[in-house]
Amino acid sequence: MPVFSYLAYPEQGAKEQLLKDLSELRYCEITPAQNEELLILLTDTPDEDSEKQLQKKLKALDSLQSLGMAFGHMDD
Amino acid sequence: MKLDRRSFIKLMAMNSAATAAATLFPGVSFGAWSTTEMASGGILWKKTPCRFCGTGCSLLVGVSGDRAVAVKGDPNCTVNKGLCCVKGYHSIQILYGKDRIQKALVRKNGKMVEVPVAEALDLVARKMQETIQVHGKDAVAMYGSGQWSITDGYVASKLFKGCIGTNNVEANARLCMASAVTGCITTFGLDEPMGCYEDIEKADVFVTWGNNMAEMHPVLFSRMLATRKNRTHVKIIDFATRTTRSSLAADRSILFRPQTDLAVANAICYEIIRNGWVNWDFVNKHVSFHKGKTNIGYGTEDHFKFKDKAETVDFNALKLFLKDYTPENVEKISGVPAKDIKYLAALYGDPDKKVTSFWTMGMNQHTRGTWINNLVYNIHLLTGKISSPGNSPFSLTGQPSACGTVREVGTLTHKLPHGVVMNPDHRKMAARIWDVPVENIDPKPTYHTVEMFRALDRGDIRFMWIQVTNPMVTMPNLRRYRDGAEKEGRFVVVSEIYPTPTSDIADVILPSALWIEREGFFGNSERRTQHNEQIVPMPGETVSNTWQIMEVARKMGFEKQFPWSEETYIEDIWNEYIQFHDSPKHRMAPFKVLKERSGVQWPYVNGMETKWRYNAKYDPACKQKDFDFYGKKDHRAWIWLRPYEPPAESPDSEYPFWLNTGRVLEHWHTGSMTRRVPILHKAMPESYVEINPDDAARMGITNGSDVKISSRRGSLVMKAMINGRGNPPRGMVFVPFFDEKYLINEVTLDAFCPISKQPDYKKCAVKLERA
Repeated sequence: MPVFSYLAYPEQGAKEQLLKDLSELRYCEITPAQNEELLILLTDTPDEDSEKQLQKKLKALDSLQSLGMAFGHMDD
Repeated sequence: MKLDRRSFIKLMAMNSAATAAATLFPGVSFGAWSTTEMASGGILWKKTPCRFCGTGCSLLVGVSGDRAVAVKGDPNCTVNKGLCCVKGYHSIQILYGKDRIQKALVRKNGKMVEVPVAEALDLVARKMQETIQVHGKDAVAMYGSGQWSITDGYVASKLFKGCIGTNNVEANARLCMASAVTGCITTFGLDEPMGCYEDIEKADVFVTWGNNMAEMHPVLFSRMLATRKNRTHVKIIDFATRTTRSSLAADRSILFRPQTDLAVANAICYEIIRNGWVNWDFVNKHVSFHKGKTNIGYGTEDHFKFKDKAETVDFNALKLFLKDYTPENVEKISGVPAKDIKYLAALYGDPDKKVTSFWTMGMNQHTRGTWINNLVYNIHLLTGKISSPGNSPFSLTGQPSACGTVREVGTLTHKLPHGVVMNPDHRKMAARIWDVPVENIDPKPTYHTVEMFRALDRGDIRFMWIQVTNPMVTMPNLRRYRDGAEKEGRFVVVSEIYPTPTSDIADVILPSALWIEREGFFGNSERRTQHNEQIVPMPGETVSNTWQIMEVARKMGFEKQFPWSEETYIEDIWNEYIQFHDSPKHRMAPFKVLKERSGVQWPYVNGMETKWRYNAKYDPACKQKDFDFYGKKDHRAWIWLRPYEPPAESPDSEYPFWLNTGRVLEHWHTGSMTRRVPILHKAMPESYVEINPDDAARMGITNGSDVKISSRRGSLVMKAMINGRGNPPRGMVFVPFFDEKYLINEVTLDAFCPISKQPDYKKCAVKLERA
């Protein structure tokens, strides 16, 4: 049951689109910064397979420039 | 509230990301992140501005049941970004002191007797009416505070100025930032800083003028240090009269003789002109030149009156005026080496450096406080370093709502929530919003704070209601004002949370709800309004100061003006109050927005905060290109020709030392709250007198030995501190005023700036003796 948090950087001018794209993904909670081109992405997946699937979907997002991990936890 | 392990891990994940974001993007805000989701271990976290200084840190207070049990910095607030100082972290303990006043007390046959609050409020209303009947409306007065919630000050102003019809409303902020107000008004035509705390991350140079930020504004000071760490070319210059923790952390510490900051500021301007560092494009378009009266006095006598008169001059007049202020001449007056004056001028004059000047009491508690404010603005105006990111002359306030409640609501004798009592249009606006006849509002100001206490002594004022402040510790030349307040035929009401020397002289003590025990608002130094909800219940029979005033007003027959219910009065008052500021120059955020966010800066226009005023790029009130100083009719900021004039009292053969007074990190003002917090009290258990080691050695004074400090007004004995956290130069001593056992203000002088009427607590003459 992995929990991760990231700073999600949108492509230029794509903050709103990234917010929309991430909101449509399962296991994702998003908190946009009010005054910066930045979002916090919190992922909470039930197992490793779901986590891998989610990672693939994240990599495929055009609106996402990069992710910087801030926190990671996986149960033994 | 229950929290499972998974929720806790997610909370930590969210916190980690928010902290990382704050590190990478100083000032980043995640307003949508609901603090109520941050439950941990059965603790519910609620936001509130800190109770103490004017920085306006937002705190998250952890509540378990009915009790506040923990504090942490609010990561969503751009002011403190999750940080707190030692007072902030321990702030909730002020709620739970053992001797908290929880019941009303009334003096009967010389003894204070508990009575129901309603009975005490009846007595207050009746006494006020009787006093008005016998002695007239100007015989009753309200003395409030920069620690008043905005609604407290607003209803006080409405009752006294709108309903009773007296301008006898003052607040202790007169003692801490009146010179900042008159400095802003005379230079820009409007009050409060043009910049914001984001300047701290944008500036290349910080000059702190008589300002020990390391102890007085520690969170902002830490932001400054972080900026210097992240951008290694950044410099901090401490310009002060004594060496403090701020001096030790600065890149350069420059000491000047008391009062001579006036001469040094002029010398900096001299150098800027001499070296061709004037920003002519800015000056030609946005600045005009003026001079006022000189030899303006010190206000030490009763009924002192002064009115300045501005005369328009030109740049050449300024140049001619400054010819006496060469660095070499000023070195003789100030003790500041000419090379250091030139260094300061070069920092301000360098077109590639952004410069922010910070000041607090050193410049404001000054018998020429308005002038020195004007002169620092002059430096920024000549170089065009103003109203843009990183370029900011900035007076930091000492109290949590000196700006919000005193400067914005206008709880000073000459002020209204919008404008001044002297202006018929401003009176009309107030009468309309307050629903009172316009004739009720007296066009003449009455007494500023010092004169108000003189009037109480003389008997011109017979009834005074004091809320959220402790003047029997803080008034300069204190003995006169305490004796005056205790005279026969005076009636003093004190709304308080703990016994103090002020409640000792009261005829009625009203038990006040404190800070997060009631809903309210503060307004911080950077024009940020901050809302707090009621987080814990009011103890005993305590009530909010706002409600106390409303109840008395109703008992006096002003039900129509104070119709609000207990459930919604704070919101209702806010909605009425913001009508006074409904223009792009000062629009306040709606209640709903304030409730959601950790503070909102005004002017709040079309859903946007204004970070830099007078700059068309950021300020929607600007009508001109680039900059528009719209507070003045000529749409220009005013450069003032203000000379150096000596202080009211200087050391002489009989009283050979300067006395400088002030604060310490651990204690809040007179210490009535923080001395009841065990850890703060233990860290700084009692006051002391700082003495220069050479003076101490010469006089045979050792660390911790008893020293008698005397002035022409009084004396006291306290322990010496040598090479402590601060170190005064030879010929000066410093005493903090937080400890009511040592009333240093019995020694100080009640001289004030004739324009701002703010007393000078930094300079008077004393002698020292081994006790």
